Amino acid sequence: MSISRPDPSRLVACPTCDTLYRFEQPAPRQTAACTRCGTVIFAPRPGAISTVLALAIAALALMAIALDFPFLSMTANGLTAKASVIDAVKSFAVDDMAPLSLAIALLILLLPSLRLCLLIYVTLPLFFGLRPWPGARTAFRLNVDLRPWSMAEIFMVGVAVAMVKVADLATISFGPAFWAFAAVAILLAAKDAVTCERTIWHILRSA
Amino acid sequence: MAHPEIRLTARAAGLVACRHCAHVWPAGSHSCGFCGGHLSSRVPQSLQKVWAWWTAGIIAYIPANLFPMMKTSMLGSDTASTILGGVVELLHHHAYFVAIVVFFASVCIPIAKFMAIAWIATAIRRPRGSVSAHQLHRVHDVVEFIGRWSMIDVFVVAILSALVQFSVVVSIHPGLAAISFAASVGFTMLSAQSLDPRLIYDASEPLHE
Repeated sequence: MSISRPDPSRLVACPTCDTLYRFEQPAPRQTAACTRCGTVIFAPRPGAISTVLALAIAALALMAIALDFPFLSMTANGLTAKASVIDAVKSFAVDDMAPLSLAIALLILLLPSLRLCLLIYVTLPLFFGLRPWPGARTAFRLNVDLRPWSMAEIFMVGVAVAMVKVADLATISFGPAFWAFAAVAILLAAKDAVTCERTIWHILRSA
Repeated sequence: MAHPEIRLTARAAGLVACRHCAHVWPAGSHSCGFCGGHLSSRVPQSLQKVWAWWTAGIIAYIPANLFPMMKTSMLGSDTASTILGGVVELLHHHAYFVAIVVFFASVCIPIAKFMAIAWIATAIRRPRGSVSAHQLHRVHDVVEFIGRWSMIDVFVVAILSALVQFSVVVSIHPGLAAISFAASVGFTMLSAQSLDPRLIYDASEPLHE
């Protein structure tokens, strides 16, 4: 086979190493990986749209709970302190640390929530078999680009470390928001694991 | 997808690939007709951007280690702990596993990341075939995957500062290192993202174009 007169719409290239392939939509549960660098290009899963949508809605609902309820409370010598996720974000707002406060708010609350909203906006019409809503492509692109900057799961590990650090000092107990946020972190990871970016592009294109 | 016997890059075929949706367009196209993403055959000045963010990351990493990460005031006496000080403190609490996690996230990962990015960026410029592209690609993947986890220590400080506020008895405040460490992690993430992985394969394992 030679690709002497390429028809661009029938070709795809590996995003990692630029190797050109003829495009064939792989069957569900099949994976198409680049033979040169091993990058998975397509990994369609049956029912991916409904799974992604369900996980995103569940995560967003739990995120709302996690915001306002107490996250951790600690008791030491008769004194009790409670902190919500919002308090953790605001902790840097004093002592000229405001930029860091904003950055933390972005990393653990705003970007994860924004990504969820964007994903729901993209997948909701697809789930009902409708045409994508206007701006769906930009929304999905933004959702993918922001992925490394959404750090809810890292925050949860940070919470675990923080608890060990004050374990000698005081008794720590978990509030409802702790469990809600832990569930958010797991749902976000599950959602990213089932999302195949290029399959959703393919659905968006043909919808 | 069919596996062509003659492998060709999109660039050699006079095409430019979209890194979002993988579809290809004639060379010179600026945005992808399917997904609207910005198209470039190779990210322009990729290595310059890598080195610029890398340098910014190193510069921010210096105060991150010198200044205190966290200031604890207990009954009027103040103690400040740096990143390494925090690890030593955890060891005193016999929390060895957590100490190892924090040591990895705040000391090993940032340093390894600086070295790994510098290695990839210099290896790309070495004569063809001296380092395997797969090796470089794997290291780049690991750096992108693991780099974000360095943020743990910043979150620890945020949680402790929010929770431990018993007015005069004991209170914890963030130190200057928290902000510079967060900046350093952010800059190195941008440095790793600026590296166009296609350059790795162009440099060390070229197809017969």
